[in-house]
Amino acid sequence: MAILEVKDLYKSFGSNHVLKGIDFELEEGKVLSVIGSSGSGKTTLLRCITSLETADKGKIKVNGNVVFDSENEHKLTKEEIKKNRLAVGLVFQSFNLFPQYTVLKNVTLACELQAKKREDYRKNKKQILEEINKNAKEILAKVGLSEKLNSYPCELSGGQQQRVSIARALAMNPDILFFDEPTSALDPELTGEILKVIKGLAAEKMTMVIVTHEMAFARDVSDHVIFMDGGIIVEQGNPEDVINNPQQERTKLFLSRFQDNN
Amino acid sequence: MFWEVTLDLLKGFGTTLEVFLLTLLGALPLGLLICFGSMSKFAPLKWIMKTLVWVIRGTPLMLQLIVVFYGPGLIAAWAQDIPNPNFIIEWIATWEVFERFVAVMIAFIINYACYFSEIYRGGIEAIPKGQYEACQVLGMSKTQTFFKVILMQVVKHIIPPMSNEIITLVKDTSLARIIAVYEIIWSAQSFIKSDGLIWPLFYTGAFYLIFNGLLTVTFGKIEKKLDYYHN
Repeated sequence: MAILEVKDLYKSFGSNHVLKGIDFELEEGKVLSVIGSSGSGKTTLLRCITSLETADKGKIKVNGNVVFDSENEHKLTKEEIKKNRLAVGLVFQSFNLFPQYTVLKNVTLACELQAKKREDYRKNKKQILEEINKNAKEILAKVGLSEKLNSYPCELSGGQQQRVSIARALAMNPDILFFDEPTSALDPELTGEILKVIKGLAAEKMTMVIVTHEMAFARDVSDHVIFMDGGIIVEQGNPEDVINNPQQERTKLFLSRFQDNN
Repeated sequence: MFWEVTLDLLKGFGTTLEVFLLTLLGALPLGLLICFGSMSKFAPLKWIMKTLVWVIRGTPLMLQLIVVFYGPGLIAAWAQDIPNPNFIIEWIATWEVFERFVAVMIAFIINYACYFSEIYRGGIEAIPKGQYEACQVLGMSKTQTFFKVILMQVVKHIIPPMSNEIITLVKDTSLARIIAVYEIIWSAQSFIKSDGLIWPLFYTGAFYLIFNGLLTVTFGKIEKKLDYYHN
């Protein structure tokens, strides 16, 4: 069964039609890369799936639960929306870490607030918080930041900050992790460390959707590639086919520019 | 004579400090309410608050003191002259003049709350949208987002303009003498009348300077304490 289903998704900002009917599915444990030029609607697509924007028309299902459905009259309750939100994690291009908290606290904060809803929170508070801390430390170790638990974001390099933000998203234990151009704010030297972390997650069969301009990376790590242009999916398929051997003129043109640059 | 004057001025400065502290106590929270009101999506509330801020910031505090002190009595007198009053007019006719000190507190708290609300608004609007979005995707509620993530960053942003405004407040308390509240300037001026001495008035400057010096040091310390991170 597909863990993510997007059907006929439309989104406009005023007269600017950004998404014009997006359809795709993603299987559990697979990695999907979304490529395309700036303004093609990639980021908006991500923001619609993660409920930062509300789409105009279409349907989104995550892990069998309806996240958005314009056909269905039944409006989702706030609780349902919140629950659906927790099923997806998002890593931002600009990190958006909380500057006043340490690395560790950045990762644990949302988990702690979430834990307050548990019925046994009062009784087992100490144990629950310890568990959250332990889990956060494990995740931070996985992204190679065990040394930086008590540092503040402003003391870290861009690459380290982005790894904290990946850890923060992972700590919520999402079904799918979304990346919005995770390396675009980083210089090429720092890009490598982020790509390594994402590759590691792919090896652990984490379901991921990555909006990226790193073509070589998209080809290496993805199971599936979508090329978007002008708000529609122009071409999709396995990475070798789309990136090495594109069929559509628009895709060829886009990719040739990347080859020229490299 | 010097000690006599000093003691008298200290007494007056006590009232100055009282006005100062009570104004802070009232205006800091009231300012936050006005700030939320002026940022509200509910248009009538937003415009009422914006108009209030416009009127209060657009007129002198001295005038506001006079209006708060003399206004209710004048309106009541006018209401008493109206023939065949309805129950609202009857109620207005019973209005009494505020006590001097109460009038000062009302005018100062409303005036400073309006200035603070604009500083708060600037601080809140300076927080990048990404902070809110990060909280949203992490499943935090709006209240949690504000108190756990946004507020601390706002505080850091607003400390410099707030310290400016608070130091101005110390000096503005001298306006209370316009409706004969016995603060330090009034105390000093009474020596002109009674003993023909003008130097006590100059001497008050030392009191303001020392107190504002203490405030400056305190704000400097707070700023330093929040310096462990950058936005």
